[in-house]
Amino acid sequence: MSASSKPKIAFYWCASCGGCEETVVDLAEDILGVVAAVDIVLWPVAMDFKYKSIEAMPDKSITATLLNGAIRSTEQEEMARLLRRKSQFLIAYGSCAVSGGIPGLANQFPREQILKFNYEDAPTLGNGRPKTRPQLKFAEAGREVSLPELHNVVRSLDQVVEVDYYVPGCPPTPKLTKAAVTALLEGKLPPKGSVLAPDIALCDECFRKKTKPTNLSITEFKRPHQLLADPDLCFLAQGVVCMGPATRSGCGSQCTNGNMPCTGCFGPTSRVRDQGLKIMSSVCANVAPKEEGDIDKVLAGIPDPIGTFYRYGFAKSMLRRKVNLQANGK
Amino acid sequence: MNKEWKPRIVAFFCNWCTYTAADLAGVSRLKYAANIRVIRLMCSGRVDPQFILDALSKGADGVLIGGCHPGDCHYVEGNYKLLRRFQMLKRMLKDLGIEEQRVRLEWISAAEGEKVKRVVNEMVGQVQKLGPLGIPQKFEEWDKEMEHFATQVAEKDAACACACAERDKPALATA
Repeated sequence: MSASSKPKIAFYWCASCGGCEETVVDLAEDILGVVAAVDIVLWPVAMDFKYKSIEAMPDKSITATLLNGAIRSTEQEEMARLLRRKSQFLIAYGSCAVSGGIPGLANQFPREQILKFNYEDAPTLGNGRPKTRPQLKFAEAGREVSLPELHNVVRSLDQVVEVDYYVPGCPPTPKLTKAAVTALLEGKLPPKGSVLAPDIALCDECFRKKTKPTNLSITEFKRPHQLLADPDLCFLAQGVVCMGPATRSGCGSQCTNGNMPCTGCFGPTSRVRDQGLKIMSSVCANVAPKEEGDIDKVLAGIPDPIGTFYRYGFAKSMLRRKVNLQANGK
Repeated sequence: MNKEWKPRIVAFFCNWCTYTAADLAGVSRLKYAANIRVIRLMCSGRVDPQFILDALSKGADGVLIGGCHPGDCHYVEGNYKLLRRFQMLKRMLKDLGIEEQRVRLEWISAAEGEKVKRVVNEMVGQVQKLGPLGIPQKFEEWDKEMEHFATQVAEKDAACACACAERDKPALATA
């Protein structure tokens, strides 16, 4: 292990797609500055390190760990606990670590159903191959190997271990990442538990804000593929569900700039506990009809409310999971 | 199910109609089930869906919302806003595995003390039949998969710490 006195940084990934890792690389030339200023002690996606050497390090000897991905398996949980112990600062990096992210939507289904589909029923498993599931343990010649087990519940990082800071986004922007790393290296950190992004709704920085109607009255919902969206008009005025009003800013409104509505990846501001319910409350209250039947007809334009309103935040929502699911995979 | 168990229902009543009706039921000495805990709001339009799920996630077995009849809202539109949210919330609750009867919306005017009594008694009866929702208990049960694992990790760590100490001993001595 290096004897240098540079701060040690670890990057780790759990249940995630790899997009967060990509953002670290998206720092482009700036990454050289980071690399020069720190010792990277763990970064499985890019460099070869052994878990054993992390285990052998003294507790709190890593200055900061940026962990992305939700916690969904025993291995991820083990690593989250290990890195928590070895790090002074543990940073939930990206929507999945912050609030469960897309993997969190699996909390609508029993584990057994998920495993059965993925190992037995998915159409891509054809070609007559036997539909087998991996064994969790296998012993040969007196040596036993084991595989991680899938948890029943997908969790955000802070539902497993204590988290010091949050960097939201799917993925977080290079700008936010750089600001977070700089704050870390310079010791200019806000109070523990802070989200390292502006605490105001996305609309505040969205260029379409000036066209947001004071009195919204939605008569029909359209999904992005169902219309040629006006490139300048507020999405809500076009009947497109935009999560902007219930989502933290700081992304540079990349989606609305690119003529796509906000899907809420930055999570809620500090005043909101449940982002999905808050945007549902706001959007649905503004549909035009007053009779139940007519209201339902308009609301039918949102066919998957959980996937729409809780796209990145289901695991961290008030109920966390479909409540009639058991703890035993059923 | 425990015979002693009694449902706990959180009620959000609007100041101008349903809360006044509950008051009327009181002064009229109408008796209704004591399982509801009433929270007075200025308008049913103030009922944020977060209030409803917060109540359920903290142990309520049901939530009752009472507002002015359509057209009678003191603030003109508040009850319509709630109705629209409620229509979507019903779909979401179904997806989230919560029985429909646990969350109920009723329009009750200030003159309908009798209706407060009927609705409360009906709802308590229905929720009594459904049994406890027990979401806080579910959270605990779900997290047991981690308790079990945390012990395993602790044991492994203890074993590793011993092994590491053994291994590092000579190195430390020479250093």
